[in-house]
Amino acid sequence: MKAIFTKTAGLSDRPFHYCPGCTHGIIHRLIGELLEEMNLIEHTIGVAPVGCSGFCENYFTCDMIGAAHGRAVAVATGAKRARPDRFIFTYQGDGDGASIGLAETMSAAARGEKITSIFVNNCIYGMTGGQMAPTSLVGQKTSTSPYGRDAATMGYPLDLPKVLTQIEGAVYVASVSVDSPQAIKDAKKVLRKAFQVQLDGLGYSFVSILSTCPTNWGVNPVEALEWLQTKMKPHFALGELKVPATEGGSEA
Amino acid sequence: MALLMKGNEAIAEAAIQAGCRLFYGYPITPSTEIPEYMAKKMKAVGGTYLQAESEIAAIYMVYGAGAVGERVMTGTSSPGFSLMQEGLSFLFAAEIPCVIVDVMRGGPGLGGLGPTQADYFQLTKGGGHGDYHAIVLAPFSVQEMVDLTKEAFDLADYYRNLVIIAADGILGQMMEPVEFPPVAGRKLEPKTWAASGAEGRPKNNVLSYYLTPELGEAENLRWGEKMSRIKETEQRFVEYEMEDADYAFVAFGTSSRITETAVDMLREEGIKVGLYRPVTLWPFPEKGLTARLNQIKGWMSIELSAGQMVDDVKLVVNGKAPVGFYGRQGGMTPEPEEVAAAFKAQLLGGE
Amino acid sequence: MKMKTLVKINTERCKSCGLCVHVCPKKILSIGEVANSKGYYTVEVKDQSECIACAFCALICPDMALEVYREEKGE
Repeated sequence: MKAIFTKTAGLSDRPFHYCPGCTHGIIHRLIGELLEEMNLIEHTIGVAPVGCSGFCENYFTCDMIGAAHGRAVAVATGAKRARPDRFIFTYQGDGDGASIGLAETMSAAARGEKITSIFVNNCIYGMTGGQMAPTSLVGQKTSTSPYGRDAATMGYPLDLPKVLTQIEGAVYVASVSVDSPQAIKDAKKVLRKAFQVQLDGLGYSFVSILSTCPTNWGVNPVEALEWLQTKMKPHFALGELKVPATEGGSEA
Repeated sequence: MALLMKGNEAIAEAAIQAGCRLFYGYPITPSTEIPEYMAKKMKAVGGTYLQAESEIAAIYMVYGAGAVGERVMTGTSSPGFSLMQEGLSFLFAAEIPCVIVDVMRGGPGLGGLGPTQADYFQLTKGGGHGDYHAIVLAPFSVQEMVDLTKEAFDLADYYRNLVIIAADGILGQMMEPVEFPPVAGRKLEPKTWAASGAEGRPKNNVLSYYLTPELGEAENLRWGEKMSRIKETEQRFVEYEMEDADYAFVAFGTSSRITETAVDMLREEGIKVGLYRPVTLWPFPEKGLTARLNQIKGWMSIELSAGQMVDDVKLVVNGKAPVGFYGRQGGMTPEPEEVAAAFKAQLLGGE
Repeated sequence: MKMKTLVKINTERCKSCGLCVHVCPKKILSIGEVANSKGYYTVEVKDQSECIACAFCALICPDMALEVYREEKGE
């Protein structure tokens, strides 16, 4: 029997600690597979955030550094400048990358740091138990917006990838999701391109991945996929928002 | 062959000579000549100077570079140093070697640009969270800035611990002749722990957390042992006219230079006083001080602050003799005459 | 003659999230009655013969609990 699908060497055998149906696990798999397929495992240094995925160093089989909350992109910058021969990626949630770490993300993009940032957006703070995040939708109920996010006092969801397309140093910016097998296949293609942009030394690559949080959204995993599709997707620009000019792609 | 160099630049040159090829910083008076020097000189030695968007980003760039096993440094001044405090706690817990320079200035708040020593508590008691210590070295001349910076990198690698050079606005800005003699340096272990890319070896993680209280206690006890080892072996101090002294000042950095003149003046008046100068602010050099306890009838801490190191002096003297204090703040520095007068007032009953 | 296929389930990794059941185009997966050591009722293949080895189930499984195999023509 030919194996159609088996576990990648980019991930360890350790079962994930994520909640049932949490799509972090899918994103981990895509990254692990790509590290293996692109023969990067031994040349990679990943930077883990603080949040649900703050333990991902237990899953990726490449070397990992644990960053303080919001500082993964600065840590990755320091590592990449120290070892430009290494493949460096950051893995962050929406709070880590778009709230406390927003300055670090924007500045690394402005500098065109040759690293790849993976930004997992589930519109909520998961680890701390479901608080409002910078990407929470208007009207979205969370433990810190119990009556729904009120735009008048709590503002609007921040579409970080869309913003980053305006920054010259960010040469590849995409926003994908992992809410269906097809979307997952597309997400992997996008991640591969982002990784290649780094390997080609073109500049900063950033991939936002819409993700679910069944536990804190208070829905079951399948309902969570539907919530993502019907509620989140309309509010965030999707697709390859910016590709390197050399690729002949149109600017954003 | 001596060079006439500004303190900040001498530190930067010493770092480069110590093999530091990475500097991440943010401009802040009175330390900015350090990043400026690095921006000019790193290229020539194949190194990297990167200006961060903030001191917070800078300290975490240091964290990243140190985690992959490279020698790395940043330089800042008091307000920037405050922003770095969380990073220092993380650097300690992840046991990432690095060197940080704090060129102290007037505080609190935006404060002023003049020299102070008012970051003493932040430097030695830890401005970040948790039980941790940086090794803190306090030069009192441009030459010592060179010598201590070179040693700082060895200390950092040897103990896998952050090391801070505590200078101030005067030391950073003044020029003095300085030499760069070759330094033997310590025998250091290869950084097999670094997250440098798992080529041909099992993967490494460089982390700063622990999941269970049991592991948390074990890690903290292990770090405690490291602190004790450092306390046991790395206390540094220099004595000036202490041999036959009846009384003694305690002062470091700029204030110790002023105090030396006060010592000379008082001795001319027949008052036998000396100066005990800490070179390590942490570990506080209690050994040398303790050795003098039976000899010294009264101590006096001279600082550019409201009095912070004086607490540590009192801890060591432990009531065996009176401990006075005199200081100037906001960037002002005392005249030697003031120091002598304060000494007489507090320790000689105003004779 | 339909090619032989196999969906191999690592029951200890399954968290009964049901995403595979949701996306299987042939609707041959279901959450069974047997719990793993963590107490999750794990997924089961109702009818392996109907499986077309599209691997959608494995693609969407957040815990990599599924492996998919298919008999090659020559076998």
